[in-house]
Amino acid sequence: MNAPHQQPDDQWDLWEVFLQEGENEPHTHAGSIRAADAENALQNARDVFSRRGAVKNLWIVRSRDIVATVPGDTASFFEPGSDKVYRHPQFYRFTLADELWKKP
Amino acid sequence: MSENTAMLEEQFRRRIAGGETIEPNDWMPDKYRSQLKRLISQHAHSEIIGMLPEGNWITRAPSLRRKLALLAKVQDEAGHGHYLYSAAETLGISREEMFDQLHAGKAKYSSIFNYPTLSWADMGMIGWLVDGAAIINQTTMAKCSYGPYSRALLRICKEENFHKKQGMEVIAMLIASGPKGKAMVQESFDRFWWPTLMMFGPHDAESPNSPDMLKWKIKLKGNDELRQRFIDMTVEQAHAWGLTIPDPHLKFNEQTRSWETGEIDWKEFQAVINGNGPCNHERMEARRNAHDNGAWVRDAARAYEAKHRRNGGTTV
Ligand SMILES: [Fe+2]
Ligand SMILES: [Fe+2]
Repeated sequence: MNAPHQQPDDQWDLWEVFLQEGENEPHTHAGSIRAADAENALQNARDVFSRRGAVKNLWIVRSRDIVATVPGDTASFFEPGSDKVYRHPQFYRFTLADELWKKP
Repeated sequence: MSENTAMLEEQFRRRIAGGETIEPNDWMPDKYRSQLKRLISQHAHSEIIGMLPEGNWITRAPSLRRKLALLAKVQDEAGHGHYLYSAAETLGISREEMFDQLHAGKAKYSSIFNYPTLSWADMGMIGWLVDGAAIINQTTMAKCSYGPYSRALLRICKEENFHKKQGMEVIAMLIASGPKGKAMVQESFDRFWWPTLMMFGPHDAESPNSPDMLKWKIKLKGNDELRQRFIDMTVEQAHAWGLTIPDPHLKFNEQTRSWETGEIDWKEFQAVINGNGPCNHERMEARRNAHDNGAWVRDAARAYEAKHRRNGGTTV
C-alpha cells in the first residue's frame, strides 16, 4: 500500500466502504472508493453505493488502516475455534425424564 | 516451473474445482492474475465509455421522465465503472495505469459503444439490446471464482434490470405511437441487431483465451451459448412487437427449439475492435477530454485535504 500522501499516481486515497442496509442489520463491506479526505470519501461512497436509498448508515475507513489475517496462516490462526465441539449446543444430549437423576 | 509452484497451482486448481472463492491476498497463478486484470479493466472501460452514446441524448430526451431515466442510467454506468476499477485494483494494477492504457488507445472496451446513436429510438434500443446482452453476460459471470469481481457483478446485476426495462418502455411507446414511431424503431433495430450479437465475442473455436478462463472459472459459459440465449429471448420479443429481424437467414430449428441466425460479419467486428469503427476516435477523444478537464477537480480536492491537514484537523 502507498505511504500516506505520497501517491505514485494521480489518484486519491483508497477507502473501504461498509453499508448498513436495513434496520438492525450489521454493517457489511460493499467495496472501495477513491477520495482525497474523509468528507469526500463519505460523499463518493454515497454516490457510488447508495443511489437507490436503502442505506441506513455508512462507514468508511482508509484501506491501509485495515488489519487482516494472512491468507496462508488462516488454518492455524483459526484452529483454536475449529476443534471445540463442546461450544455447540448439538454437543449436549439429554431427555427430560433422564434416568441419571434416579441412579445413586 | 518449480516444484513449489506446481504444488501451489494444483492446490489452486482444487480450490476452484471445489467452488471456493479466490480473494485478493490468496496465492494465484500469474496468468490467472493477468487474465483477470485484462478482463475486469476492459469491463470497467466499457461501463465508462458506455456512458457516451447515451450521454449524447440527455439534453434532447423528449420528456422529463425520459431525461430522469437516462440520467439515472448513465450515473449507474459510472458507478459500475467504479466497482470494476476497484475490483481490478485488488489485483495490483493502479487506476492510473488502467486510465493510461485506455487513453493511450491500448485497452479494449466493448465494441458496441463505437456505433453512433442517431435517433431517439437508439436510447430504447441500447436499454433493450445492449443492456439485455450485458445482463446475460454479467449474471453468468457473477458466479466467477474471483471474489471482488463476483461481488461487483452482483451489485451491477441488481441495477441492470431497470436499464433494460426503461429501454423497452421507450420502444413500446414509440411502437404504440403509430407507423412513424414504429419505423423509427425498426431503423434503429436494423443498425443495432448485428453489433449486439458481436458483443458476445468471437466463436468459441476462435476465442484464444477461452480454455484457460473456463478452467479457472473466470468464464463460465462459452460465447456461443450466451449469444444463443440472447438470440432466442430477443427474437421472440421482437416478433411480439412486430419487428423484422434484419437477417434473411434467420430460421427456427424445430429440433433444438432455437433460432439460427446467419453468419456475423467478423471483419466488421475486427475492424471495430481494432479502432476503426464509426465512433472509436470520437469516443476516445471525449474520454480524454473528460479526464483532462477534470484535473482541476482532483487537484482542488487534494489541496483542500492538505490545507486541513496542515491546520491539524480532518475535514470532517
Ligand atoms: Fe453497466
Ligand atoms: Fe446498464
